[in-house]
Amino acid sequence: MNPLAQDAEAAKSVLKTMWMIRRFEEAVEDLYGRGMMHGTMHLSIGQEAVPTGACLALNKDDYITSTHRGHGHCIAKGADIERMMAELLAKESGYCRGRGGSMHIADTTTGNLGANGIVAGGVPIATGAALSAHMRGTKQVAVCFHGDGAMGEGAWHEGVVLAAMWQLPVVFLCENNHYGMSMASEKAFNLEKLSDRAKGYGIPGVTVDGNDVQAVRDAVQEAVDRARSGGGPTFIEALTYRWRGHSKSDKNLYRTREEIEEWRTHDPIPAFEARVLQAGTLTETDLEEIRNQVRDELRSAVQRANAAPDATADGLLEAVYAS
Amino acid sequence: MVDEVVEGTETKVMTYAEAIRDALRVAIAEDDRVFMMGEDVGIYGGAFGVTGELINEVGTERLRDTTISELGIVGAGVGAAITGMRPIVELQFSDFSAQAMDQIANQAAKIHFMLGGAVNVPLVIRAPGGSGTGAAAQHSQSLETWFVHIPGLKVVMPATPDDAKGLLLAALDDPNPVVVLEHKLLYKTSGDVRVGDARTPLGVAAIRREGKDLTIVATGVMVSRAMEAAEQLAAAGVDATVIDPRTLKPLDSKTILASVTATGRVLLVQEAAGTLGFMSEVAAIIAESETFAHLRAPVRRLSGLDIPIPYAPKLERAAVPQVEDIVAAATALVTEW
Ligand SMILES: Cc1ncc(C[n+]2csc(CCOP(=O)(O)OP(=O)(O)O)c2C)c(N)n1
Ligand SMILES: [Mg+2]
Repeated sequence: MNPLAQDAEAAKSVLKTMWMIRRFEEAVEDLYGRGMMHGTMHLSIGQEAVPTGACLALNKDDYITSTHRGHGHCIAKGADIERMMAELLAKESGYCRGRGGSMHIADTTTGNLGANGIVAGGVPIATGAALSAHMRGTKQVAVCFHGDGAMGEGAWHEGVVLAAMWQLPVVFLCENNHYGMSMASEKAFNLEKLSDRAKGYGIPGVTVDGNDVQAVRDAVQEAVDRARSGGGPTFIEALTYRWRGHSKSDKNLYRTREEIEEWRTHDPIPAFEARVLQAGTLTETDLEEIRNQVRDELRSAVQRANAAPDATADGLLEAVYAS
Repeated sequence: MVDEVVEGTETKVMTYAEAIRDALRVAIAEDDRVFMMGEDVGIYGGAFGVTGELINEVGTERLRDTTISELGIVGAGVGAAITGMRPIVELQFSDFSAQAMDQIANQAAKIHFMLGGAVNVPLVIRAPGGSGTGAAAQHSQSLETWFVHIPGLKVVMPATPDDAKGLLLAALDDPNPVVVLEHKLLYKTSGDVRVGDARTPLGVAAIRREGKDLTIVATGVMVSRAMEAAEQLAAAGVDATVIDPRTLKPLDSKTILASVTATGRVLLVQEAAGTLGFMSEVAAIIAESETFAHLRAPVRRLSGLDIPIPYAPKLERAAVPQVEDIVAAATALVTEW
């Protein structure tokens, strides 16, 4: 397989996804700041290469489980940005009809089993989806996105233990953005690399540069291939960084401005653009065109989402149980 | 007893969050055994700003940041409590008590009994509950019934800054596990708070307002909504008593029954979903008592809908009682009966 930066179609798709995640979240931040959005927001700006690279290794019917910081996973797996935006804007046309909001967006048509408000909540669920794929004999794989902080939860341990015992087709993909809220992952865990933990669970573990979309794709591809061919689960640690605060209540007291600035110089998007230019795969004009296309698509999605009718309280009582 | 803060005691205006911090400050200073642990309680200052800059005063030994491990946090609290410490554990949202439930329900609540009284579990579990912040279904529940239903736990729901401090200090004195359910919408509200070492005894209800036409019993954020409703009712000629039980377990049913006996009408208001909510218990206590003979109207409950809390602001509002709902329910009770 050609490196992504040397294949024009692949490079375009990578850039389109990464820019869409970035611009989507900037738009969310802006709408939130203007009081047009409710609740709280967890932005993944700076981390775009992880979901983008990971989802390149997946088929449409493969599963993902996502987190509270899930916009990127959702977009990379192929969700409709207008319906995502409509959900955040509390519209009836949103993915969850305004009932779930940012932390609960799911798009089952693209295999996204849902964001999650509960840290590590998706870990055993990914194991269960992989169990189901195995029992149904479908060859589907599940990728479980989770944060570094999630590795402090009992649910993480139990989900991985079951997957290892049954050698299920699941990839545990840790987005190590160095903090679980204010807790530095290096303080939280007495490990040099979080992937050192994999050995204790009897599964392969690897650490990659999470801001390098190629490295993420390659590691996930290898894990997915192994899972699909019956080789069981893999743990991948993707090192990245959250540029924004944890959520809107974050005053960033637990880290320095210098640290944030330093990480901003490792922006995954221009890094990949530079590689594409260097390889001569696309021109600066092509890159500009991709950025403009993303901007236009997003702008019109926001406009359409915003113009849609608000979510209605009618039928809430009937919404609880399936019939 | 209408006025909480006794005349002549020295008070200071504080927010509910500041009042809790003040209680922590007092308790940590006066008792070497007291410490608190939880997620982001240190330099971050707590997800809702409760600890603020307390870390600079008390240090990392007494105010401990943990990993994201609710079961571990509560369990470590239990272990410390049965070996001579006075731990307070903070759950960032009361919803995450689900993660910690084994340690709360099977361990903390039962150890004293199971061991024939040989050991006490003086553990305080603080956790914010309630809706109104757009945090949706997994971050907005009102779960008091879970805890009230488990023998061995005491449960308090402070509704004012003074009680947020006073009940926390009283909970720390208690030799049993006490679950303190705070409310997210109250953290920024302010009021007079007694300075220094001021306790609000467990098991004593507060009569927030006295009136002859009906009794409104309300918990948590519903107390202030009931008070606001009572003002509007008064303007319309309906005179309501408002009772805040403060401690759900053990419940001061005497105060509630005496008031309902006098007014003959009762409206029970809770944010939690109605089915088997705490107010069902209050209704049953009234029905089983002498007071039943004095009722002039059926007992009414006003509760959250039996649904998970939705995200959209209008939907979220529709899911739990608002001031106008309380006014309407109270008016109906008084005019129809
Ligand atoms: C069970 C549970 N505990 C605590 C929280 C509050 N919380 C939400 S996100 C978060 C930090 C998660 O850190 P990490 O897993 O590293 O993900 P990141 O936010 O860095 O993407 C915390 C403590 C929660 N939502 N669920
Ligand atoms: Mg993290």
